[in-house]
Amino acid sequence: MRIRVDPDKCTGHARCYGLAPELFSVDDYGLSSVVGDGTVPPELEDKARLAIANCPEYAIEDVSG
Amino acid sequence: MTDVRPVADWKTDFDVLSPAYVDDPFSIWDDLRESCPVAHSDRRGSTWLPTTYKDVVDLAHDIEHFSSLDITVIPFTGEEPEEPVLPYGVPPISADPPLHTFTRRLLLPWFSHRKVESYEAMTRELCAGLVESFLADGRADAAADYAQQIPVRVIAAILGVPAELSDTFTGWVRAVLEFADDMEVRRDGTIALIEYFVAEVERRKQHPGDDLLSALLQTEVDGQPIEDSIVLGVAALTLIAGVDTTWSAIGSSLWHLATHPEDAKTLATDPEAMPLAIEELLRAYSPVTMARVVTGDVEFEGCPMHAGDKVLMNFPAANRDPAAFENPDAVVLDRAHNRHVAFGSGIHRCAGSNLARMELRVAIEEWLKRIPEFRIEEGAEVTWAGGQVRGPRSVPVVFP
Ligand code: HEM
Ligand code: SF4
Repeated sequence: MRIRVDPDKCTGHARCYGLAPELFSVDDYGLSSVVGDGTVPPELEDKARLAIANCPEYAIEDVSG
Repeated sequence: MTDVRPVADWKTDFDVLSPAYVDDPFSIWDDLRESCPVAHSDRRGSTWLPTTYKDVVDLAHDIEHFSSLDITVIPFTGEEPEEPVLPYGVPPISADPPLHTFTRRLLLPWFSHRKVESYEAMTRELCAGLVESFLADGRADAAADYAQQIPVRVIAAILGVPAELSDTFTGWVRAVLEFADDMEVRRDGTIALIEYFVAEVERRKQHPGDDLLSALLQTEVDGQPIEDSIVLGVAALTLIAGVDTTWSAIGSSLWHLATHPEDAKTLATDPEAMPLAIEELLRAYSPVTMARVVTGDVEFEGCPMHAGDKVLMNFPAANRDPAAFENPDAVVLDRAHNRHVAFGSGIHRCAGSNLARMELRVAIEEWLKRIPEFRIEEGAEVTWAGGQVRGPRSVPVVFP
């Protein structure tokens, strides 16, 4: 699984970071980005789905393709 | 509070200050979603009340037609001063881009995750001390003795203003937000608050500290210092936005736990349940309704909106919409799909949301650590305030 954060949609609710700090980092202005290239280790896939389902701006995408 | 005429028809004549709405807005929103999802009223100027998640989010994102230049739910109808004291209002909340953009960037780093972590120890100590002060009594007012005491002191520390003035600050903020339909109380509160910050700004210019207010005064934007009136507005906003809101969220959450002992037990025994539970409590008891002003005639969801009309940003109703949340009126502490908008949506997303979450979590943790079981005192009355911010003002509990 691979995910990305759309910087145009993210407004910094930080729900992703709160639920899965292993997968996201949030800068001082609240903008979130994925850690590394966004590849999600299998044991964190549930957490990634949880983050996707809680982002109020629909800014996190599953780009596994 | 002034008397409010009873509401016979919520579709065409709603009043958010009606006691029926303050007590139980949930059933009113349910009816409106079925019959008239964007209600209208002329009671306080032409005002629209959306009730669905989709409409509220769409409105929040359409900053071209729905401006933040007036975000008050209860319009100010008192006498305006000839020279406005805050010509720029209280940005970023009462601003559109570009003023919004740069003032928001000034504030955000003060409420980043990292910064908020550094406020946690102080918050924990404060909460622990408050609980210890009434623990032996076996009873307390969870709203007035506890919730109300916390955010104002945390914000005071961040702004670098003395904690001894907390009760005074609380009084001003309530005058602005809670007693907003009494124009005199509201104007006096606003003036007192601004005068205080005017004096503080002068003091900080002489003796800068490592606080938010001093930092704002030293910041330059495009090589120029920020105008004093902008600094004043931003500082005043931090106090206004960070106090009533957070205290209401803490109070509602404790009220919920007092009336749902099984949930109190879950949170007292399973610390891992906390992160999702906090979001669920924020969803179910969202305290904050905002407003927008219509910039030009526009049709929204079939409603003919005119320039100057108000639209209430009903984030609390959005969070109870069955189209967006399964079984929305149930508090499900481990709800896994929860895109709640208690902190708004779009460019005005609450700049203090990391701080608010931390305060709410720590306040509940420190309470439950010492008082895992508690209930509403028999015969005692729980009272709620509503309007721009909804939350309990008295929650008498016993913990024998
Ligand atoms: C549970 C507590 C809180 C709730 C529910 C809440 C809710 C909100 C909401 C709904 C907005 C969006 C306003 C809009 O769309 O017009 C907002 C904005 C804002 N809030 Fe909060 N808030 C809380 C606590 C705080 C705290 C502790 C602070 C800290 C100072 C704060 C500072 C702000 C600021 C500065 C804005 C304006 C952001 C902008 O316009 O870009 N809030 N808040
Ligand atoms: S939850 Fe969504 S909007 Fe919030 S920081 Fe994460 S990606 Fe951005």
